[in-house]
Amino acid sequence: MKQKIRPMEKIMSGVFLFCGIIAIAFVLFISIYLIISGLPAIRQIGLAEFLLGDKWASTASEPKFGILPFILTSIYGTCGAILIGVPVGFMTAVFLAKVASPKVAAVVRPAVELLAGIPSVVYGLIGMMVLVPAVREAFDLPDGASLFCAIIVLAVVLLPSIISVSENALKAVPREYEEASLALGATQIETIFKVSAPAASSGIAAAVVLGIGRAIGEAMAIMMVAGNVANMPSLFASVRFLTTAVASEMAYASGLQRQALYSIALVLFVFIMIINIVLNSLLKRKGD
Amino acid sequence: MDKTEQKRTLSGRRRAYELILRSLLYLCAALTLALLVFVIGYIFVRGLPHITWELLSTSPSYIRDTIGILPNILNTLFLVVVTLVITLPLGVGAAIYLTEYAKNKKLVAAIEFATETLTGIPSIIFGLVGMLFFCQLLGLQASLLAGALTLVIVTIPTIIRTTQESLKTVPQSYREAALGLGSGKWTMIRTVVLPSSIDGIVTGCILSVGRIVGESAALLFTAGMGMSMNNFFGSLDQFLHSSGASLTVALYVYARERAEFDVAFAIAAILMILTLVINLAAGLAGRKLKK
Repeated sequence: MKQKIRPMEKIMSGVFLFCGIIAIAFVLFISIYLIISGLPAIRQIGLAEFLLGDKWASTASEPKFGILPFILTSIYGTCGAILIGVPVGFMTAVFLAKVASPKVAAVVRPAVELLAGIPSVVYGLIGMMVLVPAVREAFDLPDGASLFCAIIVLAVVLLPSIISVSENALKAVPREYEEASLALGATQIETIFKVSAPAASSGIAAAVVLGIGRAIGEAMAIMMVAGNVANMPSLFASVRFLTTAVASEMAYASGLQRQALYSIALVLFVFIMIINIVLNSLLKRKGD
Repeated sequence: MDKTEQKRTLSGRRRAYELILRSLLYLCAALTLALLVFVIGYIFVRGLPHITWELLSTSPSYIRDTIGILPNILNTLFLVVVTLVITLPLGVGAAIYLTEYAKNKKLVAAIEFATETLTGIPSIIFGLVGMLFFCQLLGLQASLLAGALTLVIVTIPTIIRTTQESLKTVPQSYREAALGLGSGKWTMIRTVVLPSSIDGIVTGCILSVGRIVGESAALLFTAGMGMSMNNFFGSLDQFLHSSGASLTVALYVYARERAEFDVAFAIAAILMILTLVINLAAGLAGRKLKK
């Protein structure tokens, strides 16, 4: 019996090692592939002109490939979404973790999970059919599709992840901290905002960084509401994000234009990797 | 000091602080809830009336000028099945390696970092790399198989994480008992560890199904946007090269490119129902896991 098992054991431990390494392989593969396919266009266009050029005219007779509008749009859009999404998300998380009765929390928490599960195209569809016309009416614009709509949709998309990460952080605050504060005569609200929230700050920071990553990487939802014109960002102008720049021209691009799209993806990837590393170090600090 | 007594002794400033922040808390929670109610309500009101048997059971026809989403439903199903068949063994295997075999701490840290990184990469990047590698380099063109392979990379972190969580809850004494009875490591994993962590694996599967059903950016350029019927299993060639839009991609195409908003809302309503079901199932599996 033992002799029968032995070779199987060896094979299986090799198989599991292979499975374990595959995640690393995927990441390396994606990084290397993006770098290889993204660099030629950057080299041809010139790094400074590519990153800092403020005009994108990929199909013009004298094409220009400056992606500064996309970078700035992505940054502005993300900041806007964070400014709206984080306060609302944090407050909801506080409500869920500290204030709500178990019965109320039992209704709100699945609701948040459901919001997280809704596909982003559905948010895009609602944004396109409700928000865009409403913005056009309210601000008297020729077309409602704008950075403003994209910010609102992004804020909604990243709300659930901010809520669940900060709720977990708040729940991990040791009960003694809060009891000590209450015993000193602080009210429940004072305790939450002056004791629990600071104690959970690294977890909440992680929620914010996670939200930034989500917002910068979202493509389909904002493609449907942002208008997709390569303008410099302005709140009520039609704009194009890094993600939507890749998605909107990929179907028909060729030659240098296509390679430039890979370079945009590479820039996006660099952004995401930086955010990931920050997020990881934040989470690790929380774990210590 | 009870609450009312405490309130009476608070200074005006503290009472204002208390009142403002407390109302903000309720306001934000109400806003989140209202958002959900609005999203579900709006999608159902606009979408449910347009879900007809004809829509669900036919393919689009230019001759009769009708739209049917049966191909998209089948494409989504194909993506779910093929992706899970590949990602499940890989993900569970990786989790087993991490919890049962790995001795090298650096390697474990590297694998965990890679998993975290994969979770954070936006799906449009997966879509792009999937297109470059599977569709162009491997010659699959835009096909559901290329889409499924891309989704394997998207879903593998979820499977690894949930399986790892539940493997960690298997008591060490189970393993020791199995090993003490003379079983090898693999036999121990197969007969003791895996059966006791099946709930976590199921949860991972359900979450992955949710991710696959909701995914769009990664599929746009890998699985393609075809709307007609595929015969996946007619021959190997058809299995490898049939391309088509999933439900999400179909929603996008109908809403953005064809202005068929009724169909788009009907698909959105179907996606919402699927999301509801998947969330309920994940909740149930999660609760079972805790027991």
